[in-house]
Amino acid sequence: MNRKLLVVTMLAGSLSLAACSSNSAKNRSAAELPPQPSAGTTTTTPPPAGPSGPTAGSQADFVASVQSDTIHFDLDRYNVDAQSQAILQSQAQWLARYPGKLVTIEGHCDERGTRDYNIALGERRANAAKAYLVSLGIDASRITTVSYGKERPIALGSDEASYAQNRRAVTVTVQ
Amino acid sequence: MKRKPPARLAPALIGLVALTLGAAPALAQQQPLPASNAPQAAPTTAAPDDGGLTGSVTGEGAWQDLGVAIPAFPTDNPVPTAAEGGNTAALGKSLARVVYNDLKNNGLFKPTGPDALPGVAYPQVSAPDFGGWRARSAEMLVQGFVRAAPDGRLTVGCYLYDVALGSELARQGYVVQPADWRRAAHKCADMVYSRLSGESPFFDSKIAYIAETGPKDHRRKQLAIMDSDGANHRFITNGQATALTPRYSPDYQQIAYLSYLNGNPRIYVYDIGTGTQHLVLQSRNPTFAPRWSPDGKSLLFSMAIGGNTDIYRIPATGGTPVRLTNTPGINVGGSYSPDGKRIVFESDRSGSQQVYVMNADGTDQKRISFFGGRAATPEWSPRGDQVAFTCICGNLRVAVMNPSGGDMRFLTNSWQDEAPTWSPNGRIIQFFRTEKNTGRTSIWQVDLTGRNERKLNTPVDASDPAWGPVLP
Repeated sequence: MNRKLLVVTMLAGSLSLAACSSNSAKNRSAAELPPQPSAGTTTTTPPPAGPSGPTAGSQADFVASVQSDTIHFDLDRYNVDAQSQAILQSQAQWLARYPGKLVTIEGHCDERGTRDYNIALGERRANAAKAYLVSLGIDASRITTVSYGKERPIALGSDEASYAQNRRAVTVTVQ
Repeated sequence: MKRKPPARLAPALIGLVALTLGAAPALAQQQPLPASNAPQAAPTTAAPDDGGLTGSVTGEGAWQDLGVAIPAFPTDNPVPTAAEGGNTAALGKSLARVVYNDLKNNGLFKPTGPDALPGVAYPQVSAPDFGGWRARSAEMLVQGFVRAAPDGRLTVGCYLYDVALGSELARQGYVVQPADWRRAAHKCADMVYSRLSGESPFFDSKIAYIAETGPKDHRRKQLAIMDSDGANHRFITNGQATALTPRYSPDYQQIAYLSYLNGNPRIYVYDIGTGTQHLVLQSRNPTFAPRWSPDGKSLLFSMAIGGNTDIYRIPATGGTPVRLTNTPGINVGGSYSPDGKRIVFESDRSGSQQVYVMNADGTDQKRISFFGGRAATPEWSPRGDQVAFTCICGNLRVAVMNPSGGDMRFLTNSWQDEAPTWSPNGRIIQFFRTEKNTGRTSIWQVDLTGRNERKLNTPVDASDPAWGPVLP
């Protein structure tokens, strides 16, 4: 499976989502963003020419430092599984390193559900991720949640592989 | 019935208005008309009434196959008007076209419209040429007229005749401003539909919905409104913030909807008259799934706290919310019974989305859906006898059941149909359909037989329809 490509896609997507969370950049697409500086361990894509490394405490630094900014969920579920726990632990380490930083966790669902329920389910997923970070010692006041229900898919197919990618909670730093 | 010479139509009309005008509603003021020269069928003995639907889908009467002829509405005096066509003669044809399309597009009748029929002279409106219509095999005849008053207001008359019997079945008159000319036609179509089916009217009503544009991962979603036939379309929001799940207030003055204005999902109430909106509840928590009470005085909404979602009631003007559900899990949506005494809603407290009913104060919560799969977005019929919902049963399909959970029937069978909303008379359901892979959406409607399904024409993709009541 083309896991490397998948990770890169998700990184680009998470930046796009970060942009989306401010109103002024609502319609910017991932494709329009400049190539991101990438020094992370999650990708072997050669880093593009440009800045030598992300600014400490920045969103780029967060993405480069953590295992992933995204955890995934099973169909209709919101429990944080072992793989997601490891990802959230890496996020908690970064948050411990930058105690002044705030994050928003965005909860998402796949398209095979009804609109209202998916907003509630996305919120439940974001809260599950938040609760796990809090259990690791991160102050709850540093974490806000927002649910996008099924409104912002990252994978665009109508198939199980796409749905699995879309059932997610994405941690975005508040800059 | 006394024969009235056509020349005396106008004075007779005024006289009748003076005699019988009661508490007339303001917008499309209904106005008594002179009787035609045809004998009038007594409503209690008219055959079509006996064939009316009585809540059973098997009760289709032969009226559905009636040939209905709708010639252009003549005018006594072709004068300029601000309404469509620019003058009353052209407007008369447009009026008949709207009546024709209303009756045709809902699959209920097989009408013949003004573009396929000869015109009728003004005096013939109340003195139809029954012999000529019989020769055309018309069984029912809708005739009308339009007149403009010096102040610009339009009077539209509407008559329904049984051609075989040579008798008048119904008549109504409406006084409207030129901008509201379509409402007169919808009222006329409503009169014909009601008289022939025995059902309550529904054409003169409006729909709020979400207009969608753009690619699947950057969908722009705007609040929009239109008449029940898609006319008078108008965007309310500009799409900067994602808008979802609108609901018209029962008086059509406001729309409650969800907006991501300022980044977080919250319910706003938009006032159509002033163009302003207010947040229903100041809260750090997301609020969504707004629903009006039948009297328009309060709203149901759902609020998530710490991942747990419950249903609340709040005065529509704002105030202190009252929590109605308190089980762990997601309790969401809600739709009042027409008498306002009960609420049907959705909950996953059993482990999956199912439909529940409770009293309006939150007591006596009972699950009613037990048919495998999940059941979501329940909407109580305005007649009270059915609940429409989304069955998540493999695909997403629109279905109905009675308020006890019995007699479940699928109405649609496509890849993804969801969010049913009832016509004001509880005979037709609109919903939205999502196309696999592309994510494109469109609004459809289906009658309770499930056989007459059609797509509504909207300027762009469309979802989350919410059908309001019949206009006064």
